[in-house]
Amino acid sequence: MDLNSIWYILIGVLLTGYAILDGFDFGVGTLHLFHKSDHDRRISLNSIGPVWDGNEVWLVTGGGALFAAFPEVYATVFSGFYLAFILLLFALIFRAVAIEFRSKQPMRWWRSTWDWSFSISSFAAPLLFGVAMGNMVQGIPLDDNHNYAGSFFALLNPYALLMGVTTVALFSMHGAIYLCMKSEGEMHDNVRRWIRPAMITFIVCYVALTFATLIYIPHIRETVSEQPTLFILVALSILTMANIPREISKGRDWRAFVSSMATMALMMSLFALSMFPYMVLSSGVAENSLTVYNSASSQKTLTIMLIIALIGMPLVIAYTTIIYWVFRGKVKLTPMSY
Amino acid sequence: MDAALLARIQFGFTAAFHYIYPPISIGLGVCLVIMETMWLRTRNEHYRAMTRFWAKVFGLTFAIGVASGIVLEFEFGTNWEKYSRFVGDVFGSALAAEGIFAFFLESGFLAIVLFGWRRVSPFVHWLATVIVCLGAHFSALWIVIANSWMQTPAGHHIVEGPNGPRAEIVDFWAMVFNPSSIIRLEHTLLGAWQSGAFLLISVGAWYLLKKRDVEFAKSSIKVGLAVATVATLLSLKTGSTSAEVVAEYQPSKLAAMEGHFEESAPADMYILGWVDEEKGRTYGIRIKGMLSWLVHGDTTTPVTGLNAFAPEDRPKANLTFQAYHLMIAIGMASIGIALLGMIGWWRGWLWSWKPFLWVMVFSAILPQLANQVGWMTAEVGRQPWIVWGLMRTSEGLSVVVSAEHVLISLILFILVYLLLFAVFVYMLNHKIHDGPENIHSEEYGQTRAAMEAMDKHITRKKQAE
Ligand code: HDD
Ligand code: HEM
Ligand code: HEM
Repeated sequence: MDLNSIWYILIGVLLTGYAILDGFDFGVGTLHLFHKSDHDRRISLNSIGPVWDGNEVWLVTGGGALFAAFPEVYATVFSGFYLAFILLLFALIFRAVAIEFRSKQPMRWWRSTWDWSFSISSFAAPLLFGVAMGNMVQGIPLDDNHNYAGSFFALLNPYALLMGVTTVALFSMHGAIYLCMKSEGEMHDNVRRWIRPAMITFIVCYVALTFATLIYIPHIRETVSEQPTLFILVALSILTMANIPREISKGRDWRAFVSSMATMALMMSLFALSMFPYMVLSSGVAENSLTVYNSASSQKTLTIMLIIALIGMPLVIAYTTIIYWVFRGKVKLTPMSY
Repeated sequence: MDAALLARIQFGFTAAFHYIYPPISIGLGVCLVIMETMWLRTRNEHYRAMTRFWAKVFGLTFAIGVASGIVLEFEFGTNWEKYSRFVGDVFGSALAAEGIFAFFLESGFLAIVLFGWRRVSPFVHWLATVIVCLGAHFSALWIVIANSWMQTPAGHHIVEGPNGPRAEIVDFWAMVFNPSSIIRLEHTLLGAWQSGAFLLISVGAWYLLKKRDVEFAKSSIKVGLAVATVATLLSLKTGSTSAEVVAEYQPSKLAAMEGHFEESAPADMYILGWVDEEKGRTYGIRIKGMLSWLVHGDTTTPVTGLNAFAPEDRPKANLTFQAYHLMIAIGMASIGIALLGMIGWWRGWLWSWKPFLWVMVFSAILPQLANQVGWMTAEVGRQPWIVWGLMRTSEGLSVVVSAEHVLISLILFILVYLLLFAVFVYMLNHKIHDGPENIHSEEYGQTRAAMEAMDKHITRKKQAE
């Protein structure tokens, strides 16, 4: 395998890590307003309190790695989706400060303002990620300088929006399972009841999305018919998904959570494999597409970055594990909590 | 309006806003390590309460630092697309290294520092504090390396690729250790330490004036003064070395910083002044030959002036000049405050002499200002280059982003950041008014009991092994 493909995989790994980890943060946030009592809302915040920031670093590092390994993709996507990314940035800003500020003052208006901004931003971010991904799958108009040649509103097409809604539903399900794992007593029972509707919404969206993809996205249809092995991934993801309600009904929340993580990883792999070697597909002139080859940095840089990743990633995984281990178990409020 | 100008304003504004917070984190990080070490060594509960209080302040600044940092990272791609294509091969690796080596470390272990008091042993907690402090320093390390490469590029060559020319790495270590990176890193970190140290001093002095939490206040001031004294003095040293490096590699920037037009010997240095760019003259109080002396070590060798450069190759001289001179003035004032404070501590009048306590209360603003104008000097003085000698700022812009879109985002950033800043100040104020936990209170007693139980449990486990 060449360096370019290795970096395609590594960036895929970073973004999958991001989706899995920050995904439950967004899910917890999207569902946040459904909690009625202040106590439950604090538990909800504190369940992600110690980890959400570390989770977001997966995005920061993924962005940095994309810049370094595929600068053309980084430049094209970020400038092309300008307003969408600015909105995303505001969502991330408001989420971060809402978590930090919300419980620091007792006033009701204060808390409900930050509750709302926490929830809206946690809903908006996955929506925008999904819309961006939807457009990447469909392909976007690129000129011969690899610049985006469409408008902001062209990004908000039905297919991309469907992808956005699917992502929100997926993250909500994932977040509900996480919260179930982290809460106890009455709150746990309440949250548990949310998993089913979230899952049903997700499955409906997902089926619709799959059909839409097969009907409207010819290049994916071709890839899939050429590589029937991809169906193994589809089958596996259905199995892991089906395992979720089973584990929940047996009360094994953390196993359900692992299944949910596996489902997400499988779906991301499916996405990555069906796109390869394209990174940004040109919907007009095919030659203008960005692939892992014509958008990459020099072999020298890719090698240096690989060394950095080989030193850095094991460390990152080691201390991420340590931190999740330190904060294992149900959330309890203490004087130091949010 | 002009998209280029708007994009520059936007980058400057968002970077300046970001740079309110990291210096506090970096500086407080150092102070936290000192406090917690004191606690481990003396087991004086006082130091633990101190660590806990300042860790909360750290948490607050960190949250906004993170929120505003992500904006910057993506702004290279959104607003400076051509620049990103040009430098990605070189510049991107520093940014990615920052994520892997710094941010993961800092954000992960901060959780233990903030929420882990009852979950890990005191030693592990101390270790987490040290790691957070290191993480903050690593972020500065990589981002300053990236920025220094833009100031004094090295270790690269220009390659004509399918998408136009771009810079590619030839020698990674030459890129990392480019001519200005080490000295700028030292100077930046020292500036950041001052932000943390003077914050400690300021809050401490405020408590002394209000006659509350006196023990806490004194200890905070002591830690703050110790760090501030070292940092202010070294700042002067590293700052003047920085100026020598600028003189060697970026002569037009140095000329702008000093308002120096004619390459005449001896070159004079202004203490205060005003640069008239149209007439090509600088008015003000000057020391004869001082600039030659600083740059070349004697008072007679000429120093390159702005007139040696075509008008389109010069930075905005007056802005650079004023920013630079303000930084130096603040640097001098800070040295004065730190030294006076040390004398007062030694002589004992420090804790009660009101006028000086008030000076200390307001001193927290000084390093913040100096950090801002320091970056102004570096960045405005770098113009018209976005990458020194290789790419002009006007060539780095995103072509597809219209001026309207930049304007919309700029307005939104201004509104949101003003709101954030207001809330930040409000919350900080609130935390300061609340003060440190009362170590004799019941709640503190409970937490402490829980922590001690944890401690015993861990020792027992170790003994069992
Ligand atoms: C508390 C903060 C602080 C203080 C007191 C000073 N500086 Fe500074 N200075 C910075 C904080 C700073 C900074 C924010 O960290 C900068 C901006 C970019 C950089 O590398 O460091 C900087 C840049 C900077 C530069 C430009 C470097 C470049 O363009 O590459 C020079 C020449 C100096 N400083 C010199 C001084 C001198 C002679 C000082 C006298 C006391 C001084 N600084 C005090
Ligand atoms: C955090 C402290 C910083 C501050 C306060 C700051 C400030 C500024 C300002 C005022 C400008 C506009 C200059 C002008 O147009 O005349 C600017 C531009 C810019 N800076 Fe910085 N900067 C900081 C750090 C950095 C770092 C660390 C980098 C890179 C790693 C960087 C990269 C840039 C770029 C790419 C531009 C846009 C192009 C330009 O106008 O030169 N800055 N910055
Ligand atoms: C203009 C270029 C800059 C970019 C692109 C940038 C990027 C970022 C990003 C993405 C974060 C969030 C990391 C997280 O999620 O944990 C961050 C935080 C941070 N940055 Fe920057 N940064 C810039 C300038 C600087 C400078 C000049 C310094 C220090 C000298 C600095 C020091 C820090 C620190 C210490 C943090 C941790 C948060 C905090 O302590 O407030 N950054 N930065």
